[in-house]
Amino acid sequence: MSRAYDAVVIGAGVGELVAANYLARAGQRVLVLEDHDVLGGVHVTEEAFPGFRVDTCASDIGFLNPQIIQDLDLSTHGLEVLSVESGVFAPVGNGDGLLLRDGADTMASIARLSPADASRWMPFSERIARLAGFLWSLYCEAPPLPTSKDRKDLFALLGIGRRLRGLGKVDMLEFLRTVPMPVADLLDDWFESDVLKGCLGAAGVSHLFQGPKSAGTAFVMLHHHVGQPGALRSRTVVRGGVGSLASALARAFGASGGELRSETGVDRILVRAGRVSAVVMQGGEEIPASRVVCGADPKRTFLELVDPTHLDPEFLQRVQHIKLQGVAAKVNLALSELPDFGCSETNLRGTISIAPSLDYLERAYDASKYGRISDQPYLEAVIPSLVDPSLAPSGKHVMSVWMQYAPYRLQEGEWGPETREALGDRVIDTLAQYAPNLPAAIMDRQVLSPRDIESRFGFTEGHFYQGDLTLDQVLFMRPVPGWSRYATPIEGLYLAGPGTHPGGGPTGMSGYLAARQMLKQRRRQPRSTV
Amino acid sequence: MLKVTPFHPRTAALSQGQAWRRWAGHTVLSSYELYHDREYSAIRNAAAMIDVSPLYKYAIAGADAERLLDRVLPRDMTKAKLHQVMYTPWCDAAGKVIDDGTVSRLDDQQFRLTAADPNLRWLHHNAVGMDVTIEDVSDSIAAVSLQGPTSRDILKGIAEADLDTLRFFRLTHASIQGIPATISRTGYTGDLGYEIWVDAGRAVELWDRLIDGGEAYGITPAGILALDIARIEAGLLMIEVDYVSAHHALIEAQTSSPYELGLGWTVKLEKGPFVGQAALAQEKHRGPAWQFRGIEVDWESLEQLYAEVGLPPKIPTVAWRTSAPIYVQGVQVGYATSGCWSPLLKKYIAMAHLESRYARLGTPVHMEVTVEHRRKEAMAQVAKLPFLDLERRRA
Repeated sequence: MSRAYDAVVIGAGVGELVAANYLARAGQRVLVLEDHDVLGGVHVTEEAFPGFRVDTCASDIGFLNPQIIQDLDLSTHGLEVLSVESGVFAPVGNGDGLLLRDGADTMASIARLSPADASRWMPFSERIARLAGFLWSLYCEAPPLPTSKDRKDLFALLGIGRRLRGLGKVDMLEFLRTVPMPVADLLDDWFESDVLKGCLGAAGVSHLFQGPKSAGTAFVMLHHHVGQPGALRSRTVVRGGVGSLASALARAFGASGGELRSETGVDRILVRAGRVSAVVMQGGEEIPASRVVCGADPKRTFLELVDPTHLDPEFLQRVQHIKLQGVAAKVNLALSELPDFGCSETNLRGTISIAPSLDYLERAYDASKYGRISDQPYLEAVIPSLVDPSLAPSGKHVMSVWMQYAPYRLQEGEWGPETREALGDRVIDTLAQYAPNLPAAIMDRQVLSPRDIESRFGFTEGHFYQGDLTLDQVLFMRPVPGWSRYATPIEGLYLAGPGTHPGGGPTGMSGYLAARQMLKQRRRQPRSTV
Repeated sequence: MLKVTPFHPRTAALSQGQAWRRWAGHTVLSSYELYHDREYSAIRNAAAMIDVSPLYKYAIAGADAERLLDRVLPRDMTKAKLHQVMYTPWCDAAGKVIDDGTVSRLDDQQFRLTAADPNLRWLHHNAVGMDVTIEDVSDSIAAVSLQGPTSRDILKGIAEADLDTLRFFRLTHASIQGIPATISRTGYTGDLGYEIWVDAGRAVELWDRLIDGGEAYGITPAGILALDIARIEAGLLMIEVDYVSAHHALIEAQTSSPYELGLGWTVKLEKGPFVGQAALAQEKHRGPAWQFRGIEVDWESLEQLYAEVGLPPKIPTVAWRTSAPIYVQGVQVGYATSGCWSPLLKKYIAMAHLESRYARLGTPVHMEVTVEHRRKEAMAQVAKLPFLDLERRRA
């Protein structure tokens, strides 16, 4: 006789753990199943090289809703926020570079490139903050369906309309104009400096199979500025690496009476008469469950974990057609010394961006359109050991680099050791143009192609966000139109990964909103013991 | 560009009036002779040979072939026996009929599905994650339907197959004077009859063998007009005439569930999951809004309507496929979609969609008829389908 759970959560990613926490705190008996030995999904910190702790996949915890930290009391469960590094440094060579951060030196830094741009910086930054702020308000609730006749939906839609109007005439129109724009056009409207535009425009294409001249990338830029104090991309740094967020969530979950099993993969989700009935483990064990929260991407959930026979073909077709194109690769480095960009060490505490112009980004994307890896890739590097020395042996450093564009589907050949290492070399060569001491400082390296990310983290195509953040796949259309509220056509099955609204970036929000929906819909169900 | 069927060299040569019509992208004959009466008579009194090659045919094979069909079709495919043929509609997720046809179990992991419309895409959509191959064999397989009381005798004379034991809705593999064929005891006429499936390359040969072997039994090539009368007598539905495919309907009101088409018997709600299951379970519980029924027009009433304008009663010479309103006490309660004069029953019959509460057998209704350019209402009554239930069909 085994215990029956109110909810079984598949995956111990941040979103799933957030959902599990809220459910457990509401008094439900919750079981979390994770097939890896480390928790956190893509937010993991591992000792990739002896003595070096590396954020294997995600380089930072993104924007974590302070409400979640507070509700779940994460600081008492070991989450220590070291700093919020609100900086992006874009080296231009010869030790110089653009520095965008929350401080007066930003204006001086821009002015060196273009005095005109410097004078426009504050109005731009403030506008981005307001527009992204409105977006954030949409991200704090399950999207109401525009076609719904339900009163609650109508009120929610009315609320959105009022908030949009509340932006004022200028910002409201700017929001509506900005969202479908190519980020390149938006930035050309404001600025003349290539470096500034490249650095800002990168936020519009991050983890997206599109270049800055593609429509809708201005939305992606806003998306990546949610929760930011301006046109800045701050990085929340927590002690011990990004994985410590999952550890804190797991401890909070345990304290609420939740049960967690790691290193036990789920084979499939059983459905009976349109309802979830159990989760079957890879070993064959069957765990009865009337509610399942799945953190896997929608394609994997509906095409692999669930027998598709239980789903309407129209729905399946939509799931199959979710645009999801892996484009990013990750390079992790163990360094014997700090890379020398010829600048002050403090410049390197935020994100180091290699995107010298919009054209550079567009050309990097061009290659991937035809299935090739960018010759001159767009890079975003962080050196977390600068803020948290505990991650590397004394005097040494870890560096974590996201690289775009590395298409999941290559025109020629397949991803394998050769292509993977060639990509690693290309990334290092590119960085070495700005920090010549880097190649010699590398003690060890780890390269993850989109295929590697797929096989290690179970994300289809290694897509970090479980679905492209294009305008046709956000808000009430995420993951598919009509099913944006975490429930699925299978009764009792909920999604909680970044494949759902609001997508990757605002960490854990999908899980937060999924749990809220589930608790709202909770009905008294007889607990069955099997 | 319309295609011709594999039998075209023979059918074209026999055409007296060039009465070609379209069927699923092919040209076929409405009738071979100038009038279809003799062709119809062959169906009921001898044997008619009807080229049914335009049917869409899909070969479905693989470990999950049964699973795929069980998911797409409302019938319980796990119960399909070797060489069994099943008539079945299939539905979309809302439980509305997309198409209807037959499914034959050729082997443990091999089936053939016939359809009136292209369904390849739909089948593929439903095959997500399944180990199954779906091949459109519409062009590579020719089919001829041999229908009528002498059809068995004709086949017995030329086919190496045990036709005496071949039961209704079963098939057998046979050799027809050296031509490998599949013979199924199926048809669209409500009579004793068979459908013969051969490689398209051997179609003309098969035609000649059948004509030679059937001459003594009155074998007669028949066109669609004759078939249409026979199928109405037999109460058999025609897509886009008697119902609108859910894939083609412009508004929801145009769609029909199997329950509304008299096909509730094909829906096995208690089997495993299939497309439309939940919607159909709800509809069954609620009771369908519509029923599909026969209508028998009262002869004396029709005679009276014509007498009023000084004419003798006129009956349709071919089956009609328009929509005729059905009234009860002046209020429209349904519409007939196919109708004809039944030469065998000597009755003016039609098939109609009726609101469920007016569908009881024997309910007196009126059907709209046009008499000398004016709309009139002829008295009629609700009748059971099929109109014609021949013993020999199954015997």
